[in-house]
Amino acid sequence: MLKLEVRPQASKVMSVMSPVLALAITVVIGTVLFMLLGKDPVRGLYVFFVEPLKSVYALTELAMKATPLILIALGLAVCFRSNVWNIGAEGQFVVGAIAAAGVAMTADKDTGRWIVGAVLVAGVLGGMLWAGIVAFLRDRFNANEILVSLMLVYVADQVLGYMVYGPWKDPAGFNFPQTITFLKSTNVPKLFPGFRVNIGLIIALCAVGAFWVLLFRTYAGFQLQVGGLAPAAARYAGFSSRKALWTALLLSGGMAGLAGALEVAGPLGQLTPYVPAGYGFAAIIVAYVGRLHPVGIIFSAILMSMFYIGGELAQSRLGLPKSLTGVFQGLLLFTLLACDTLIHYRIRWQAARPAPKPLVAGSIGGSPITGKGA
Amino acid sequence: MDSFALLLAATLNSGTVLAFAALGLLINERAGIVNLGAEGMMLVAAVAGYATAVHTGSDWMAFAGGAAAGALLAAAFGVLVIWLNTNQYATGLALSLFGTGFSAFVGIRYTQEKLTERPSFQIPFLSDIPFIGPAFFRQHPMVYIAIALTIALAWFLYRSRAGLVLRAIGESPESAHALGYPVRRIRLIAVMVGGALCGVSGAYISVVYTPLWVEGMVAGKGWIALALTTFATWRPARVLLGAYLFGGVTMLQFHLQGEGVQIPSQFLTMMPYLATIVVLVLISRNATFIRVNMPASIGKPFFPGS
Repeated sequence: MLKLEVRPQASKVMSVMSPVLALAITVVIGTVLFMLLGKDPVRGLYVFFVEPLKSVYALTELAMKATPLILIALGLAVCFRSNVWNIGAEGQFVVGAIAAAGVAMTADKDTGRWIVGAVLVAGVLGGMLWAGIVAFLRDRFNANEILVSLMLVYVADQVLGYMVYGPWKDPAGFNFPQTITFLKSTNVPKLFPGFRVNIGLIIALCAVGAFWVLLFRTYAGFQLQVGGLAPAAARYAGFSSRKALWTALLLSGGMAGLAGALEVAGPLGQLTPYVPAGYGFAAIIVAYVGRLHPVGIIFSAILMSMFYIGGELAQSRLGLPKSLTGVFQGLLLFTLLACDTLIHYRIRWQAARPAPKPLVAGSIGGSPITGKGA
Repeated sequence: MDSFALLLAATLNSGTVLAFAALGLLINERAGIVNLGAEGMMLVAAVAGYATAVHTGSDWMAFAGGAAAGALLAAAFGVLVIWLNTNQYATGLALSLFGTGFSAFVGIRYTQEKLTERPSFQIPFLSDIPFIGPAFFRQHPMVYIAIALTIALAWFLYRSRAGLVLRAIGESPESAHALGYPVRRIRLIAVMVGGALCGVSGAYISVVYTPLWVEGMVAGKGWIALALTTFATWRPARVLLGAYLFGGVTMLQFHLQGEGVQIPSQFLTMMPYLATIVVLVLISRNATFIRVNMPASIGKPFFPGS
């Protein structure tokens, strides 16, 4: 029978191959799913993996979807590396968007382009505020950050709902729950005329570099990671776990808020109840599939964007529900976690034996009493 | 007075949803496993239950369908976490993300379906007592089953041998393993039972509580149930009380809206989520208190022989 055996050292190869393997398994399951649904699997896979890359326009759309994912996932990578479980990036994204919209709506026809900077800063601060609540409650009251950050997602959605149904509703908007369309001067500059992709992409790529330096070339980044990998060692070295908590949460909150600001002052151009698009949750998958590494995150964000665009295309071309995206995203993380086992363990084929070997130190996987694996 | 009786009745009903899920999660956590996939399991179970109810017309079949769906997903989670030693938080999260997507995907054709009129339940004689009758004795049978389940679970954990083994595994899997108990198999069973109860809760939402299927309709109840186990310091009776408390908070918003209180509805909808945060803060403030009550091996993988 198959047995897991601890590797003496974590496998570097598997660490890189695991996402590829996971993607392969997800594709296989996807193929089976398409067949079960009575759709041509080749067409299904084509829609997900080829069409989003087929034209320049498609590529720019892909980059636009990847931008918020990269930004949020970078922050989450820092969180997860320091063992801080912020899973409420979605809420931080929404509050960032609300804050950014608040600034964008103050613009009038004489406002200069500097307002874009203010809009983005407001987004960052909004996200930081929302994550700061989590850090404060964890730090001061020891409240579980997983549950608090997640509850705040629902609260953020309601705050957004209140704003667009209440004080910020466009008076000329036929009673639709949305704000006014922001003035041109507040819009994030586009990279090329005719395409929706904007300077957010440049910001995201710069952020990748900055986070790489932070994580791998600074003392602060080192402290964060030690705190995550070996809390006892970090304590012994005198690294403050409180500082790590605040840094990780404020950084990731700020990044999620920035993503929210770029979204609302970019492709959306106004605040609507549809701002929360699940990027905050998808970014968790992006961070893991990208191995919590800034460069890896670029690739996984592109992959996840293909799932988004593929899902939309599957709806229009194949008549499948758009939520197929969520199915594939969830499956990918699930299979990835399973494949990650191979980083620390290897599979050994072991013939089932009737009697246990004499007890030797290091006989792994067998119970000394029952003589078989528990 | 009448509206207060109805509020009480609604509180019990809404608390029952949380009670089933939280009792299930309690069993998981007593065995040392945290399943953050509760939300996802409940969503898939809600679709499964609703679909079963639409096709068979039977509530009980619907609960069974929901329980099966929950147990199946929990088993997948369990195999990953228990045998492949994946991170419990990440795997649970994956289950929640998958469940959200999957339920929306398979549920799309049920968004238009309607259930036939459900029978209303009442206990003869008792339900005719003024105030007490409408408040307590006109509930769906599942409300009473939740109470019975709480008592049974308390008995199981503290008075039965199997319960002792379960708790031992949650406290120290190494010791239980050394005594010869199949730690992993028992953990898997605990996880599946937990999933089944989350499934019953999900099916109760879509078949009795709401009753309809809408994407994402569980609306964070799985997460609130997770918070409840901490709030209740992993004790069944306190879980039930906590569930009713949160049920009350959820229902209070409708009550207040009905009374014409001038608060924007969004702030009322926020209340259960804010209440969860407040309760977590209050209960977690005393770190020692939590540590003393928490199953010691919670969240930690167990790999026999290493």
